[in-house]
Amino acid sequence: MSRKPYLREETMRWVFRHPRYLRYMAREFSCFFIGGYGLLMVWGLKRLSEGPAAWRSFLEVLQSPASIAFHVLALGFALYHSVTWFKLTPKALPVQVGGEFLPDGIISGAHYAVWAALSLAVLILAGAF
Amino acid sequence: MTGRRVELEVLRYHPETDAAPRFQRYSVDCREEWVVLDALNHVKETLDPTLSYRWSCHMAVCGSCGMMINGEPRLACKSFLRDYQGVIRVEPLAHFPIERDLVTVIDDFMAKLKRVKPYLIPAQARALEQGEYRQTPAELKRYKQFTLCMNCMLCYAACPEYGLIPKFIGPAAISLAHRYNQDSRDGGRAARQEEIAAAEGVWECSFTGACSEVCPEHVDPAAALQQVKIKSTVDWYLAHLMPWLKK
Repeated sequence: MSRKPYLREETMRWVFRHPRYLRYMAREFSCFFIGGYGLLMVWGLKRLSEGPAAWRSFLEVLQSPASIAFHVLALGFALYHSVTWFKLTPKALPVQVGGEFLPDGIISGAHYAVWAALSLAVLILAGAF
Repeated sequence: MTGRRVELEVLRYHPETDAAPRFQRYSVDCREEWVVLDALNHVKETLDPTLSYRWSCHMAVCGSCGMMINGEPRLACKSFLRDYQGVIRVEPLAHFPIERDLVTVIDDFMAKLKRVKPYLIPAQARALEQGEYRQTPAELKRYKQFTLCMNCMLCYAACPEYGLIPKFIGPAAISLAHRYNQDSRDGGRAARQEEIAAAEGVWECSFTGACSEVCPEHVDPAAALQQVKIKSTVDWYLAHLMPWLKK
C-alpha cells in the first residue's frame, strides 16, 4: 500500500479559529503599548535632563489629545495584560502545603497584593502623599 | 428513544486517488444520546465502509479518537451530537499529516515522547529484595494530575506554536517529562532537561494556554510547561551565579 501523507500547513488564520486565540493575541499585542510607554518614560527623562524648559514642553506634549488617547489605550492594555497574567500565575507557581495545593485565588491574590504594595511604595517615593 | 437526522461533513483523503483532501457530506439518522463517534460508526456500517478513523474504547480512556469537530480538537467519543446545531464538520487533528481520511500520522509525537524519557529513572538502582519504592500521599499529589495524560494529542492540535514550529516538543511530551521529574522516586531530571529545557522544548511555548483548555483529562499541560520554565530558569541562575553549588 502506498503512503502519501498530506500535510495541511498552518496559516495565520489560526488567530480567528477560536476566541481564546484572539484573547491570547490581545495579551501579546499589549506589549506594543507597554513598550511604547517605557520609551515615553525614557524620552521624559531625557527632556528632564535638558532643563526646566525642555521638561515643560514635554509636559505640554503629554496634554495633547493624541497623548491622552495613547495613555488611555496603554492603561487599558496594561490592565488587560496584568489581570490575564495574574489569572495564569497559579498554573506557573503552584504551592503545595501537605497533601493539598493552595487555592488559585491565594496565588493570584498574593500577586495583586504585591502589585498594590509596590504601587503604593512608588507613590510614596514620588511624594504623592 | 428519540432520534434526529444529523448532517456530517467529513474530510476525506485517499492517498491512492486524491491529490488533496475533500469534504464529503453524510446524512445520518442518529439517536439523541449518540456521540460523534457513534455517528461515524453508523456511517461506516451502513453508508460508506471506506471511511477510515481511529477509535478503541469509546469512553475517553484510550485517546484514539481525537479529531477536529467544528474546528475544535475533541475526542469523538466525548462529543455529544445534541450539543451541536446544523452541519457538524469533522476533520483529522490539525497540525498532523493526514494518512487517510481522519487518520493522522503520529510518528513525530511518538519520536518526541521517546526523547523525553517518560519513565522512572531511579536515582539509585534498587535490588528486588530491598522492597518497593515508597511514597507518601503528598508526594503522589505533587505529580498525579500529569499522570492522567492519555496521549490523545488534542493539545498538539490546539497549540499554534506546534502548528507553526513543528520542531517544538509540545505540550503532552513535556508534561509527561515533568510528571516524572516531579516524582520522588525519580532521578532522571538531568537527562530529560537536555530535551525539554532546550530551545525546541519549553522555550518555544508562548503560553497560549489552548492545550489546557482542550485537554479532556484536565492534565493542564500549560501549567507543566510554565513550571518547567521556572525550574529551568532557576537552574541557569544557580549554574551561572553560584557554580560552586553544583555537585
